[in-house]
Amino acid sequence: MSLLEFCRWVQYSGPLVGMRSLWWFFPVVATIHLLGLAVIGGAVLLVDLRLLGFGVRNQPVAQLVRDAERWLVGSLLVSVSTGILLFMCFATKYYYLKFFWVKLAALVLVVVFTFSVRRRVAMADATQASPLVNRLVALVSLALWTTVALGGRWIGFP
Amino acid sequence: MSLLRFCEWLAGTPWSIALHESHYAYLGVLAVHVLTLTVFVGTIVMIDLRLLGMTMSRAPVREVLTRLLPWSGAGLVVMFASGGLLFFAAPVLAYQNLFFRFKMVALVLAVVNAWVFHRTIYRRIAEWDRDPVPPPMARVAAGVSLVLWALIITAGRMMPYQVYWFD
Repeated sequence: MSLLEFCRWVQYSGPLVGMRSLWWFFPVVATIHLLGLAVIGGAVLLVDLRLLGFGVRNQPVAQLVRDAERWLVGSLLVSVSTGILLFMCFATKYYYLKFFWVKLAALVLVVVFTFSVRRRVAMADATQASPLVNRLVALVSLALWTTVALGGRWIGFP
Repeated sequence: MSLLRFCEWLAGTPWSIALHESHYAYLGVLAVHVLTLTVFVGTIVMIDLRLLGMTMSRAPVREVLTRLLPWSGAGLVVMFASGGLLFFAAPVLAYQNLFFRFKMVALVLAVVNAWVFHRTIYRRIAEWDRDPVPPPMARVAAGVSLVLWALIITAGRMMPYQVYWFD
């Protein structure tokens, strides 16, 4: 089965046809998706602002990462699960949208980056931390998240 | 002049029509308005969660507030500017939209809630600055704030669907 055939199968499967026939389904799920985005924004900024030397800068970065992580993971789960539902509603439309694939690639990259490089750099001993590396990590994280958000906005445009 | 008359007059001005009929300018403003949510509501959520004792419980409340609030403030300016432009592009549609009206009422309530917080319990911040879980009044203010911002986002997102809900 090709990817397009898979998208078609998802979109026209029984449960999805049923869900789409409820007119409020898409807007309500899209709203929850957006609420998740707001919390992701807060949890990401808390750490990235600190790595850039702004925000709550009297607190150790490692502590802020631990404080934010729970909320980041929680809001990510909300946004990803609602995102999958939104995708399933119009899978074949998204298959043809270049920005959907850009968003997806950026999302995978930023999640891997956040829980590997960014986490390791932020958790490192504060005495050995390099401000330059910290800033670079924060900028990469912010750039990737911005790509995800912009891609998402672009997908929804008429 | 009634509010509706004012909206009608505004909708007829050349710049309002230009923005309404433009394709990319309007969508650009909309994108800015939606994406600044991450900065504006995101930082407010983190402050509220600290006030609820649900994150950064080792950090003094005053520090979290004074260090994050400027970012919320900058976000607010962008939200008001872009939101103002979106209203300016379609004033009568916004005026007639029940979700828009609800959003504006909730917005006023959110501002009042923040003002009351700063005028009352925050005046005595020295007494509870380092409490892992702040006093009940601060937690109530934070809870109300979270609920109101969630309602504001929901109402904003529902604005284009008013015909489905009410017709």
